[in-house]
Amino acid sequence: MSTVVQHPGSLKGARLPKWSPWAIAGGSVAVSVGLGLAAGIESRIQWGLIASLLFVLGTYVLAARVEGRRQAKDRIATSLVWVAFLLAVVPLFSLVWSTVERGVKVLDVYFLTHSMGVVGDSEPGGGIYHAIIGTLEQVGIATLIAAPIGVLTAIYLVEYGRGALARAVTFFVDVMTGIPSIVAGLFILSLLLILDMSFSGFAGALALAILMMPVVVRSTEEMLKLVPNELREASLALGVPKWRTILKVVLPTAVGGITTGVMLAVARIAGETAPVLLLVFGNPFINNNPFDGAQASLPLYIYQQYANSAGSEAAYDRAWAAALTLIAFVMILNLAARGIARWKAPKTGR
Amino acid sequence: MDTTQITDAPPPSPRPPVLVPGRAARAATRPGDRVFLGLARGSGIFLLLVMAAIAVFLTWRAAAAISEDEGNFLTTFEWNTAGTEPVFGIAVLAYGTVVSSVIAMLIAVPIAVAIALFLTHYAPRRLSGPIAYVIDLLAAVPSIVYGLWGALILVPHMNGLFGWLDDYLGWTGVFDWEGGPARSMLTVGILLAVMILPIITNVSREVFRQVPRMHEEAALALGATRWEVIRMAVLPFGRSGVISASMLGLGRALGETMAVATVLSPDFLIHGSLLNPGGGTFAQNIASKFGEADEFGRDALIASGLVLFVITLLVNGAARAIIARRKEYSGANA
Amino acid sequence: MNRRALALGALAVSGALALTACGSDDTGGSGNGDAAASAQAGNIKCDGATGQLLADGSSAQKNAIDAWVKQFTAACKGVQINYKGGGSGAGVTAFTQGTVAFAGSDSALKPEEITASKEVCEGGQGIDLPMVGGPIAVAYNVEGVDNLVLDAPTLAKIFSDRIKNWNDPAIKKLNPEADLPDLKIQAFHRSDESGTTDNFTKYLIATTPDNWKYEGGKAWTAPGGQSASGSSGVAQQVKQTPGAISYMELSYAKDSSVVAIDTGAGEPVKASVEGATTAIADAKIVGTGKDLALEVNYATKAEGAYPITLVTYEIVCDKGNKADTLPTVKSLLTYMASEDGQKILAENDYAPMPDEIITKVRETVAGLS
Repeated sequence: MSTVVQHPGSLKGARLPKWSPWAIAGGSVAVSVGLGLAAGIESRIQWGLIASLLFVLGTYVLAARVEGRRQAKDRIATSLVWVAFLLAVVPLFSLVWSTVERGVKVLDVYFLTHSMGVVGDSEPGGGIYHAIIGTLEQVGIATLIAAPIGVLTAIYLVEYGRGALARAVTFFVDVMTGIPSIVAGLFILSLLLILDMSFSGFAGALALAILMMPVVVRSTEEMLKLVPNELREASLALGVPKWRTILKVVLPTAVGGITTGVMLAVARIAGETAPVLLLVFGNPFINNNPFDGAQASLPLYIYQQYANSAGSEAAYDRAWAAALTLIAFVMILNLAARGIARWKAPKTGR
Repeated sequence: MDTTQITDAPPPSPRPPVLVPGRAARAATRPGDRVFLGLARGSGIFLLLVMAAIAVFLTWRAAAAISEDEGNFLTTFEWNTAGTEPVFGIAVLAYGTVVSSVIAMLIAVPIAVAIALFLTHYAPRRLSGPIAYVIDLLAAVPSIVYGLWGALILVPHMNGLFGWLDDYLGWTGVFDWEGGPARSMLTVGILLAVMILPIITNVSREVFRQVPRMHEEAALALGATRWEVIRMAVLPFGRSGVISASMLGLGRALGETMAVATVLSPDFLIHGSLLNPGGGTFAQNIASKFGEADEFGRDALIASGLVLFVITLLVNGAARAIIARRKEYSGANA
Repeated sequence: MNRRALALGALAVSGALALTACGSDDTGGSGNGDAAASAQAGNIKCDGATGQLLADGSSAQKNAIDAWVKQFTAACKGVQINYKGGGSGAGVTAFTQGTVAFAGSDSALKPEEITASKEVCEGGQGIDLPMVGGPIAVAYNVEGVDNLVLDAPTLAKIFSDRIKNWNDPAIKKLNPEADLPDLKIQAFHRSDESGTTDNFTKYLIATTPDNWKYEGGKAWTAPGGQSASGSSGVAQQVKQTPGAISYMELSYAKDSSVVAIDTGAGEPVKASVEGATTAIADAKIVGTGKDLALEVNYATKAEGAYPITLVTYEIVCDKGNKADTLPTVKSLLTYMASEDGQKILAENDYAPMPDEIITKVRETVAGLS
């Protein structure tokens, strides 16, 4: 390369100074703002798009001139990766921000400890207590059903599973992961009609359990596979029966990962709206009994506040506040899961 | 199941630990073992039964509805189940579901891969940890919240982009826009992309992280730039992982209900333009038509649910096959 | 592992139990409408009404039911009425399956639905009780234009995408004074099947068959326009979108301007409670026996009658209502049909039933068993 010839003392080619990406970024933002103002483009999103385009182009041209083609390609990849990251951050940040900003407006103790009761959809007032109870109970029951079955199935697949049955189970667990939640809801609904039962929190929980089981199986399976075979062999070699080996050696080693998996699955189903919409009916009053009568749930509450309120601000505020509560709930579960995973992580893991 | 065996089982520690080769193979004959195996296998079989029940029930109800359909179930552009001559077809729904998912994939996959690369190879270490965590969290944000955000924040902000696309690309017909609220397939696709982005990013990141250090170092030692390292060592290793991650995302996009239902302005036509409102997806159609549907209408919706189910099954099967191939290739944890 | 899991489980369960003890229902005590509630409470006869009552159906009358329920639960402690505005179809389906005590519906029961209802109502059948009249307002969002007048042919053309701009000559002719902007008309219709759509299109078919050649029915069949789910959804879109126009129950159109309809009577009629009641007085009862299904005359030219009017029914069993919910249903329906109950309708932008009809409803309600 010509640059090397010009600087015989150096092994490196010419480099752009360290501050150059920032300078190019600043320049392109300035130009795009100027362009945007001049051309009368209103959307900030377009300003952003123009700026990022300019940035990528500018970097490439500069780098190609100073550093050569290969370096320029590297730079363009770097800048593309950065741009992609920033582009993705904008909507995600906007999502979190708007939920928090609008959610805190009506979120207070009254809101958390009262139900909607007789408050009309478009009037201010009311709360989400009934929905919180509904979500906790439905998700709780779903977990009580799905977690044992899921863990046992995973044990079967990892510890016993050879042959056609295991292969079939593995395959269908994967298929089940992809069941659209509304289809699970339809299935339970028709069971209800066949059995002549009425809407209840329990029905919702059954549909949620269907959605949860494959997730638990998958994550538990992975965790059980991480348990070193030496442990099993040592236990078996001491004459301990296989079932006790599994219960006393394998499961305790993997318990952290399994709990994490279950909690993540819980977080996933806590936000399901579609099956709940079909099965628990919704209820503006508090109903503590999940086995009898209609219940509410947080996702359903958010949807109803959005959909039934004719664009009333009070209802939107409630919807955002409920969304914030739901996200907080999911986030706490996530944090707890990570905490447990770290605390219980198998020391022998990677 | 004979549960008494658990309590009646003799203390399972044989005094003399005689190590006979082949003993382990016979271990399954102990009563405790048999019960436990029974439980575990029972759970597996239960899962299979649930799947079978779902499939059978969907088919049964769907068959009842389709046999009464006065139109062609696959090609009719109408969904009218209330009359005495019900006419309904899935053409529009299939088109909308595929188009919105494809848009979502086109946007989300490259960006997700870029973010995953950013987190594993570009970002300052202090930044990548927290960002990865936040993206993990976003993967768990309920879809109804995305729907709320989409309808109240995203739709009003799409007008600029839509106007611009119409100005410069309107002549293609695909980006033709008549104005009005941006409640169209493209908006749905973008919202779905935002939704599945965290999932694809998460899985891809895990895959990129597992690239053997030696491969990268070897490439660096040969004087490769960072981009060349990624192209030569990271991407080939991670390709199948990224594909299966995308399939996961696609599965979610196909079945997404509430986010689509809140954002789209549905109708029963296939529009050439992605910007003009209209169209529909399977899940959205079920959720929004379900309320007013009578018994027969519900069966018809279930029939469309069956089609969605089959499509999802195919996509997941494909993902499964790809993952299986990768396992053989990397040999990890097999 | 087991002990810890148990402990965690116990913690979760006890936490949940503790939580179930500390919430309470919002009884609307601090909200508005307080005075009205206490004033009326004395006139409501609870007659052994207790427990929870499930009902589902028409979203068109959801606001009316909300108002009634507020009064009713203020008077009768311990009663919870859970009316979900899931749609008329959902309501009737749930009723014929026996999962709700009564249903709200925008259209009378069809013969096959009556047959189906006989299984739920032992010794009786489902009947329609006209309880709420709903003027269907045509709401629009055009800045600076307040008193828009439209007639049936123009409406038909707007909603079938043949008049596309607010400054169209056809609109100008009807509104010589208005300052109509050069703005694209954005029509919205219901994406779900709906009694509101059914009534709106029935009106167009009855009055201007030449301009409206599409099928009637609950599903929208005309081309063009955008769609949204529920009365609430279209109301929301009209509110947000400049140039928008759509049809919805008057109570949903609170925040938008409303079109006055040129019916051929002396003055154009704006959607109003009185206008709807006048129009319903023109209707005839077509139900047989205890069934009080009505047929509205959409082409009415009566002075002050608002032609696009929807009658919504409560559907119950005439005989064989479930024993545990019968007292509550009866007492609630009695209140709805009472003078006080009908008066509240007008305050909430619904039309009370004309005297002649509501008297019959009262008789029928009194005879429910």
